[in-house]
Amino acid sequence: MSKYITKRVLISIMTMLVILFVLFLMLSLMPGSPFNDEKLTEAQKLALYAKYGLDQPFFIRFFKYVGNMFKGDLGVSYVLNKNRAVADMLVGPLGISIRIGAQGFLLGSVIGLLLGIAAALNHNSWIDSLCSAIAIIGVSVPSYVFALLLAYFIGFKLNWCPILYNTNNPVYSSILPSIALAMFPIANVSRFTRSEMIDVLNSDYIALVQAKGVREKDLIFHHALRNTLIPIVTVMGPMLVNLLTGSMVVEKVFAIPGIGMLMVQAITGNDYNVVIACAFVYSALYIIMMLIVDILYGVIDPRIRVAKEGS
Amino acid sequence: MSEMYQKPVLTNEVIDDYSADDFVFVQRDEKLIDKTYQATSYLKDVWSHFKKNKGALIGLVIIVLIIFLAIIGPMISGYASEAIDQTHQSMAPRMPGLENFGIFNGVERGKNVYAERGFLDVYHWFGTDTQGRDLFTRVWEGTRVSLIIAVSAAAIDIVVGMSYGLISGFFGGKIDMVMQRFAEILNGIPTLVTVTLLGLVLPGGIITIIFALMITGWIGMSRIARAEMLKLKESEYVLASKTLGAKSFSIIFKDIMPNIFGQLIIMSMFSIPNAIFTEAFLSFVGLGIPAPKASLGSLISDGYKSMTIHPYIMIAPIVVLALLMLSFNLFADGIRDAFDPNQKHS
Repeated sequence: MSKYITKRVLISIMTMLVILFVLFLMLSLMPGSPFNDEKLTEAQKLALYAKYGLDQPFFIRFFKYVGNMFKGDLGVSYVLNKNRAVADMLVGPLGISIRIGAQGFLLGSVIGLLLGIAAALNHNSWIDSLCSAIAIIGVSVPSYVFALLLAYFIGFKLNWCPILYNTNNPVYSSILPSIALAMFPIANVSRFTRSEMIDVLNSDYIALVQAKGVREKDLIFHHALRNTLIPIVTVMGPMLVNLLTGSMVVEKVFAIPGIGMLMVQAITGNDYNVVIACAFVYSALYIIMMLIVDILYGVIDPRIRVAKEGS
Repeated sequence: MSEMYQKPVLTNEVIDDYSADDFVFVQRDEKLIDKTYQATSYLKDVWSHFKKNKGALIGLVIIVLIIFLAIIGPMISGYASEAIDQTHQSMAPRMPGLENFGIFNGVERGKNVYAERGFLDVYHWFGTDTQGRDLFTRVWEGTRVSLIIAVSAAAIDIVVGMSYGLISGFFGGKIDMVMQRFAEILNGIPTLVTVTLLGLVLPGGIITIIFALMITGWIGMSRIARAEMLKLKESEYVLASKTLGAKSFSIIFKDIMPNIFGQLIIMSMFSIPNAIFTEAFLSFVGLGIPAPKASLGSLISDGYKSMTIHPYIMIAPIVVLALLMLSFNLFADGIRDAFDPNQKHS
């Protein structure tokens, strides 16, 4: 197991470095400079480049950046918040993004699980059909479309929840974004729970448990659910990816001051350091989540651990 | 049995009692051909499985319909997709015929803009946007762009992913190791990041989006191709081919590739909705197809800006996008089950 984990961690670190390098390379190829102010003369621009070290060769800048990064220094913003440390700028938005993402993920997983169980217990009934319909719609409709629909009908027409995010009232105004993000997890988890649960309920050991006269509630939540959960870990990867992409657009729809918002602003403002930092945060989140999913999978199911160590 | 069957006694006397006409060829009787379980060709078999799946059939019909409209829609609307006409701006949908039933009658918040502006014989089926462009034309043009992106991305994914996976799996050893580590690292980069950054660096447009989708899109395909290759390269026909002195290249692409092509097609069916989704995402963030060209994502993004005043601008592209994604998903599910009915899918 430890060999497997070490290998996975090493690959993850390598991936992060490659990503940093590619990000750096891409940004140096990018059209436009961070100092696009027309009032600046050439000499002033050159002075600014020298001040921020942008006149140095690509590789020197890259190694400097990586070196500073280990000290927690991500450079300063050139455009959005002049001379403010990027690391400071990231903290607030990152917290908001992670909180909303986690809310959506938890909400989606719980509802998906309950829906899936309900569908499996009432196999081939209307609940089952409803569950399938929700699953296929949730997978097919992008989360920002849900976000737009929610914002229009519940936020604007019914006026139940605010359309725009309000930092003074984070709980109330994060309801709609969380629901929008929850749709994909609901669809995915319910679909998997349903099919796994049906399989498990038809297995011999459940027949034995039934024969022993265990109560229905215990049978489902104690005996059946456990084995149902294992395969669901496999869908967590794609789900988290979708959550990342979804969060960026959902943040735009509800004007949430999260990482996605910051990144879009930095992109349009050519703020190099902020773009690199945001993209890197996204990549790091993604890689760490994937790593956790992979390791979790190995822990839960010994067969995978053995197979992966063998190869 | 023993009572019913009596062993014929072959004496001359018996034989004289029969003539040649008394005999018929038993096996040539029509009735003996098994019609119920008769052998069918592979594709016929797939089709018979596929058409039992109602959802998949509906998906196929909707896809065909949308493709048809994407082709002819802009032609029959009578408006140019990029023609800005200030006098026509923000008009609600109005369709001939349907307007008599109280829907699609050009009325928004109790006001009929068509009557107010004196355009009594003007019909914008999906309405117009805030710059007076006909939405029916733009939605179908946008669908066309989205479909072109999705299909080309899927095709490139197949070609690149398949070659990569087949080569990696066939040669094995060090080559496989290096190729797999490379794919693994590339796979670690979230599509969100590659797509956004490429959208930034390269000029916006169809080609850029296809390219951005290609960078990480092929990896899933290559995994399947590699796994199949590992399975098939031990088989007898590959050994036979090797014995006859076939080159690696011809074994990979002539002997093994045709056997896994079906599976890759199925995989690509799943990558089409994915590509449509990514394109819509990019356009929504502002990195997609540049104005005045339209794609489904950019149309939704435009509509979103005036969502609270003119919600209908957003509705048509959303409905088309959702239908397209839904039917591709249904279709892909159906075609997967049809190709491989025994395998359990959840």
